[in-house]
Parts: sequence; structure tokens; C-alpha cells
Amino acid sequence: MILLWLVIILMLGGIAAWIAAKWNVMLARWISLIATLVDFALVIMIWAENSSGVKLGANAPWLIDFRWNWIPAFGITFHMALDGMSLLLILLTAFIGVLSVLTSWTEIEYRAGFFHFNLLWILAGITGVFLSLDLFMFYFFWEVMLIPMYFLIGIWGHENRIYASFKFFIFTQASSLFMFVAIVALYFIHGKNTGVYTFDYMQLLGTVLSPTAEMWLMLGFLIAFVVKLPIVPLHNWLPDAHTEAPTAGSVVLAALLLKTGAYGILRFVIPLFPHAARDFQIPGMILGAIGIIYGAILAFAQTDFKRLVAYTSVNHMGFVMLGAFALNELALQGVVMQMLCHGISTGALFILVGALYERIHTRDLNKMGGFWDEIPRMGAVGLVFALASLGLPGLGNFIAEFLTLTGSFMANNWITAVATVGLVVSTIYSLRIMARVFYGRKPKAEKHIPDFNVREMVIMSALILAILWLGIFPHPVLDTSRPAINNIVKEASRGSMSEMKKEVQPFKEKSPELAGKSEKGGAR
Amino acid sequence: MTSADFYYLMPLIILAGASIIMLLVIGFYRDHKVTFVLSLLGLAGSFISLMFIQGLPGQIGALLIVDSYALFYWGLITLASLAVAILSYSYFSKMDEEKEEYYVLLLTATLGSMVLVVSRHFISFFMGLEILSVSLYALIAYLPERKRSVEAGIKYLVLAAASSAFLLFGMALVYAESGTMDFTKLGAHINSGAVNAPLLLTGFALMVIAVGFKLALAPFHMWTPDVYEGAPAPVTAFVATVSKGGMFALWFRFFVEVNGYRFHSLVILFTVIAIASMFIGNFLALLQNNIKRILAYSSIAHLGYLLISFLAGGRMGLEAGTFYLVAYFITILGSFGIVAVLSFTERDADNMDDYRALYWRRPFLATIFTAMLMSLAGIPLTAGFLGKFYLAAAGINTALWLPVIILVINSAISVYYYLKIVVVMYRAPDEEVVAGMPVVTVSPALSVGGGIVLSVLTIMLIWFGTFPGGIIDFIKTMISGLSSVAITMVP
Repeated sequence: MILLWLVIILMLGGIAAWIAAKWNVMLARWISLIATLVDFALVIMIWAENSSGVKLGANAPWLIDFRWNWIPAFGITFHMALDGMSLLLILLTAFIGVLSVLTSWTEIEYRAGFFHFNLLWILAGITGVFLSLDLFMFYFFWEVMLIPMYFLIGIWGHENRIYASFKFFIFTQASSLFMFVAIVALYFIHGKNTGVYTFDYMQLLGTVLSPTAEMWLMLGFLIAFVVKLPIVPLHNWLPDAHTEAPTAGSVVLAALLLKTGAYGILRFVIPLFPHAARDFQIPGMILGAIGIIYGAILAFAQTDFKRLVAYTSVNHMGFVMLGAFALNELALQGVVMQMLCHGISTGALFILVGALYERIHTRDLNKMGGFWDEIPRMGAVGLVFALASLGLPGLGNFIAEFLTLTGSFMANNWITAVATVGLVVSTIYSLRIMARVFYGRKPKAEKHIPDFNVREMVIMSALILAILWLGIFPHPVLDTSRPAINNIVKEASRGSMSEMKKEVQPFKEKSPELAGKSEKGGAR
Repeated sequence: MTSADFYYLMPLIILAGASIIMLLVIGFYRDHKVTFVLSLLGLAGSFISLMFIQGLPGQIGALLIVDSYALFYWGLITLASLAVAILSYSYFSKMDEEKEEYYVLLLTATLGSMVLVVSRHFISFFMGLEILSVSLYALIAYLPERKRSVEAGIKYLVLAAASSAFLLFGMALVYAESGTMDFTKLGAHINSGAVNAPLLLTGFALMVIAVGFKLALAPFHMWTPDVYEGAPAPVTAFVATVSKGGMFALWFRFFVEVNGYRFHSLVILFTVIAIASMFIGNFLALLQNNIKRILAYSSIAHLGYLLISFLAGGRMGLEAGTFYLVAYFITILGSFGIVAVLSFTERDADNMDDYRALYWRRPFLATIFTAMLMSLAGIPLTAGFLGKFYLAAAGINTALWLPVIILVINSAISVYYYLKIVVVMYRAPDEEVVAGMPVVTVSPALSVGGGIVLSVLTIMLIWFGTFPGGIIDFIKTMISGLSSVAITMVP
């Protein structure tokens, strides 16, 4: 029930803020801040209750499980559950949620009530996505977060916002429809095999599929997640959406929305379609590697500060793809770390860009330079997160990338070796941010720029503490996600067990050969 | 005809009686409000009498059959007409024309559509169709002062008459081959196997032209945008919902009874029509700038989606189609309701500019319209989403991969033009001041009736989209009345 409250509090808070803004805009801001804070407190409470290793392992797979019949005619249940991985992700959601409300404290003056409504509903949708264990409900929340995000970009964005919001909407909507078809197909295949028509994740896990069907269904799911992630040929919407969105929108997009794609791969693609995921291992890892290098190079080539940060997401999410398809515990742990660290570091960079834009009204790197003397606090914060995004040891991203690369090296050394090149390029672009914005000579006739104020320093300190904590003392996080990751690995390993598969599906002639191939591609 | 038959036909009799009473009243005392109230009473009485019909199915002669399937569609049609009538009241109060006869025509058109729902014979089929069409000719051209009104009426008249001719010829061919005009006997004849297939199929194909015309399916859709644009907004809502709903109910019944699924060429024909409707509707909608025309093309596409349920057939297909139609009724009534509510005396609010920054001027209407458009686009939390889900489920269940994939692609395309309207509505008003565009501030006040109808429709839209369990169960029990023999035979 507490899981349901997490979503409901945000939704109600959004409606209340919308109504409250009719009388007082500050009231709307406070309501949204309180709603997100309450959510954050609840998640911390859940974590505190379940943090000990005994509980995490004992309650496996789910720490909290909530189920309610929603549409019995179709076997649709309202099923929410939480394991270590989703716990960490809703923790991130609540954390970033609080910060994004704080960030937009002064930025949004126009129709602030409706803005906060949209912001909170996005957060509610994302929380729902991370908690849903019914595929129908998952799709439902997957779409719920789409419309408010569209409004956020389309109403409060920058110059080119209409174009960006359309592109965002159509890319995500079109891709998620393929997932929708795959979900329904899976539902019917499972129903015809067993006579039980259900969308419940736990029951669909063991669905027996022919190799072709499995591959197609997996691709249907994957395309939705890969667009959200995004992976290179389908990343096109991201730079536009991130650049045009208001600061809070960019933060939520980068820190949370992209994670839903990663989460989908881990939670659904791999466990539901283990054989297909194994067959797709090499292409998946190659796509990840391409994303890493391509994103880094393009980030380097940008002159728009916000666009640059947007492309770093492409670069970082490449690691997620690479690690996810490595299909071993080390890499998957790295992926979870990467999700958290990218959420924090990129969120921070977007807040920095937004703050800078509020002050100098440009995002053009060519019009910046030498700001360190005037705004040393911003410079220092910028330095921390530039270093985080290049993966400096001591900061969270290093742990994440290290784990991912180690894990994927075990799976496929050549692809990983190539992907590592991306690290070098990411060092270059990160340092370029510092060099362009804070060092060098200040362009002439620039009026005085105020430094971070107290509110902004509070936001930034929270983020810096988080990234440092993840970098120096990642154990609580890794322990929390381990049982969940182990479950995924266990499901994935079904993909390489050819004997079992042959027993279950005697009618498939090709099965031993296929399974043999996937074993060769596998890790061990 | 026995006295029991009167019970079964009570809804039809009430409607027919109401329209006659209204005509008489108009003859003596011409008053908009009185006629309006009488029409409401007629429609509401017709709806209420549905609850008292017992002992289903009831067969009335060779022509009509009242089963629970028909009752469901009757209820849907009367409620939709009721909504149209209420929306019409505030719409026509602004006009100078004589508006009393409008309600009479509305009732007779509803009557025609209701006859379609219960017909099981070519004669009643044709009769219902003509009652409906003739009323529509006048309804569409009801405001002759307007620029496109008469054009739309004439266009509909000519094309509907031509399509009726095709229908008659098709029926004649089928009759020549089978010697019967009764759906059930026709089905038995076809099942007996001794069929001259080419003749029969030609007959069916000619009938499909008339059906396709009424449902505005490609390639018989040419009239749709012009008629939608030219007709008064409430009439457009009526054409888009009630007239199509009656036809769809009839055609499903006919096809199931005669087991048309056994003719592979007919199934292929409908697949082609479905796919063509989806693509043509959506692509042409992309090019439009007029709200009513966008909705017209989008309704072509939606009927294309609906055909998937028809192709899927069987119990699930029928459920999916019925649910989709319910969702479609709600959304289309809501959308055209908004257009009607916003319309001016001299023209309808069908220009994109009329909707500019609507959200900042009329947040209530803009929010409702957004919800309706999202439902048309198939976004969750709305009935339209569940309808699409149901259709896709029915399609996948019978392995109609091609139409389902095309449905998916088209849903993605359609998002663009729905969003186009949404974007216009949420555009900030101060931008226009900068751009030097006139800010539209005057728009008619929202009448109480219109407000209630739109609110109820929105609540239903969200309710069916989030908790559809009740309505799905209801649909399941109601449609189970449709000739179970044939339904189980379908794949």
C-alpha cells in the first residue's frame, strides 16, 4: 500500500498545486516541495527498514508486494512491487524530484501552477514505471509520464520548443507502441500455452516461446527502451528535447526519464526473453559501444552548452547498454550504479547550465569564458561534475564505469576495448567545458554575474555529497541492488541452458544449435 | 403482430410518436424551448423504455429482431442523440433560422439508425437506412445561410442516393442468387454449400459500397470532410456517431449471420479497406488546418481501426468493436461538442485560430478538448487507449499481424495532428500580442446543458479509461445475445 501512496501523493500534490496557484504561486511551489519531500522521506524509510543484508536477501525477490484486481476481464492487476533495484531508482526519483522543484523556484513564473502539476505527474509516472509489475500497468505509467513531459517542453521550453516537444512525443510514442504490441502478443502466447490470461510479470516470466517469436517480442520491447535510453540511431530526439526543455525538465529527462529505458531492459527484456537477449548480446554491446564513442565525439563538437551536456547523456547511456547486454553480475551492478551516478552528475550539470542561462541569457560556449573569477562557487561545482562525468576515481561515475567495463570485458573483450576509447574522448569534452566556460579570457562588455545563492548552493551540496558518497562508499548501494541483480542474472542464465530448453520445447528442431551458439557468445 | 411485439418496439414507437407530437405542437405553437424539451422527453423515454424490455430475443415478423445486442446499441444511440440534442439547444439558440423542425429531424434520424440496429432483413435494412439518410439530408443543410451548408447537403444527397442504388442492386443480386432476403435464411443457404459464389460475392461487394459510404471508409470517404465541415457542428457529431454506429451494428450482425468470414475474398476486401482507411485518413488529416476537417479525416482512420475488430470476428472481436465504438462515441461527441459550444452565430469554430491560447481563456473547455484529443490519439487514462488496446488484443488473438502493425504505425502518425491542435490551445497568449495577431477574446458563454454534457462525457472518458471492468462486463453480457451459433463458428 505504501508503494501506491508514493504515486498518489505526487498526483494529489500536482492537482493541489495546480489549484493553489490560482490564489498564490508560492503556495503551489511549497505544496510541490512538500509532496516531493514526503515522498523522499517515505522512500528513505523503506530503505532504512530493509537495508540490512538479511532482509534484502530473505524477502527476495520482492521487499514489498502490493496487488489489487484492476480489470479482471483481461487479467490485469494493479501490481506494484519493490526490490533493491527499484528501491534505488525510486530513491533517485524522489531525490531528483525535490531538487527539480527547488531548481524551478525562480525560473518558472509563467503559469507556475500548471507547471508544477506537470512536473509532479511526470515524477508520479516515473515512480509508477519503476514499481509496476503488471505489464499493462507498466505501459500505462510509461505513457502517463509522456504527456506532462510534452507540456513541460512545449510550454516552458526555449525558442525551438514546439519542434522539440513534437519530436520527443512522436519518437517515444511510436516506439512504445511497438512495445505495446509485443506486450499484448506475449499475453496471448502465454494465455494460449497455459490457459491463464494475465499481464502479471511473475507469471509471464516462464513463458515458453519459439526462438523467432522470442526475438521479435524482445525487439518490440527493446525498441521502446532503446529510444528512451537512447541508443545511437534512435537518439535523435534527445538533444533537441534536452536543449529546449526548461531546467527542471532537462533534469528530469536526463536524470530519470532515460533511466526508465535502462530499467526496462534490466527488468523486462533480459528476464522475459533470456534466449533472445543472449542472441542479441553482441549487437547490443556493439550498439552500446557506438553510443559511447559517438556521444562523446558529438558532445565535444557542440557549441551550445546545454546540447553538449545532452550529448554526454548519449555517451553515458552507451555504458548502460554495453553493461546490460554483458549479462553478468558485475556489469549489471555497474549499470545500476551508472544510472544513479548519471542521474546525479548530469542533473547537476543541467542545473548549472540553467543557472548560468538565467544569469547571462545565452548557452553559447563562444560567448563564455573566464567566469571563474566572478563566480567561483559555480566554477567549483562545475569542476566537480565535469570530473565526475569524465569518471575520476573518488566520484560515483568512476565506480559505475569501472564495474561496467570490467563486467563487459568478461563478456566480450574486443568490444569493451573499443568502448574504452570513449573514456578518452569524454575526458576531452569534460575538460573542454571547464576550459571554455570558466578559464580563459572573459568576453568584453559582460555585466556582473551573480554567483550561486543559498538555495542553489543547497541543491548543489546535496548533489555533490551524493556523488561523493557513491564514489567513496558505494557499498550500501551495491548491497541493496545485489539480490535484485542476482535474480536478473539467474533469469538471464536460463538463456544458456540448452538442455532444459530442449525438454520444454520438443517441437523445435533448431533449438540445440541455437542454444549452442548463444553459449559461445555467453560469458562463461 | 402480437401485443408482445409492441413491448419490444416500445423505444421505436416512443420516438416515432414523439416526432409526430412535436410536428403537431410546432403547427400550433412554435417555440424553441418547448420543442427541445419534447425531443428530450422522447429520447429519454425511449431510453428508459429499454429497461422494461424482457424476454429476449424477441422476433417481430421476418423483419426485426430485438436481442440484447440490439438493446445495447439502442441505448448507445439514444444517449448519443440525447447529448447531440442538448448540445444543439445552445448552439441553435444563437441562430435566426426556424429551429424547431431540427429536433423532429433529429428524432427521425435516430429512429432510422435504431431500425438498422434491429433489422434482420433486407427490407428493414433499406428502410432504416433511408429514414436515416433522408433526415440527414435536411439536417446537414439546416443552416442554408452559411457558405458551405447547402453544398454539403447536396453532396451528401447525391452520393447517398448513388450508394443506395448500389445497395439495392447488391441486394437484388444476392436475392437473385439465394432467393431470400432474410439474414438467417441467407446464412443457411450459404452454409448449405450450393452457392453460385461469383454472383453472391458481386452482390456483397456492391453492398459493401453502401456500407463503406455510410461508415466513411476509404475509398468511399470523399464526402466526409466536406459534409463534416459544412454541416452544423451538432449535426456533424450526429453523422459521425449515431449514423455510423447504427450501420456498424447492422453490418456486424449481417456478416455474422451470413457467416461472411467463409468468403476469403471478402475478408481480403475488408482488410484492404481497413488499411486504406487508416492511411488515407491519417495522411490527409496531416495536411488539414481546419478542426472539423481534421476530425473528419481522423474519423475515417478510426473507422479503419474499428474494422480490425470486424476482421477479427468472434466474441472478442465483437467485444472489442463495441467497446471501441463506445469510446469513439464519447470522444467524437466531446470533440464536436467543444466545437459546437465555441461556435459563433455566423460560422462554426473550426478555424485553428479560434483555438489559439484557448487554455488561457477557457481552461475548462481546453482541458476537456485535450482529454478528447488524447483519447483519439490513444493515450492512457482515456477510453480511447483501452479501445485501441482491445482492438489490438482482438487482432493479435486472431493473428492479424498486418492490420495491427499498421494500426500501430498509424497511431503514431495520428499523434502529430492531434498534438498540433493541443499545441495551439496551450500557446501562450502574450506571444500573439508580440506577433501582432488579434487576440480572440470574445467567445460565447458556456450553456449549462453544454457544460453538463461535456463534463459527463469527460468523466465517462476517464472512468472507462481507468476502470473499464464494469463496462466491459456489461458489454460482454449484452452482446452475447447476438446469434451465438454464428459467433462460435468464427475463428
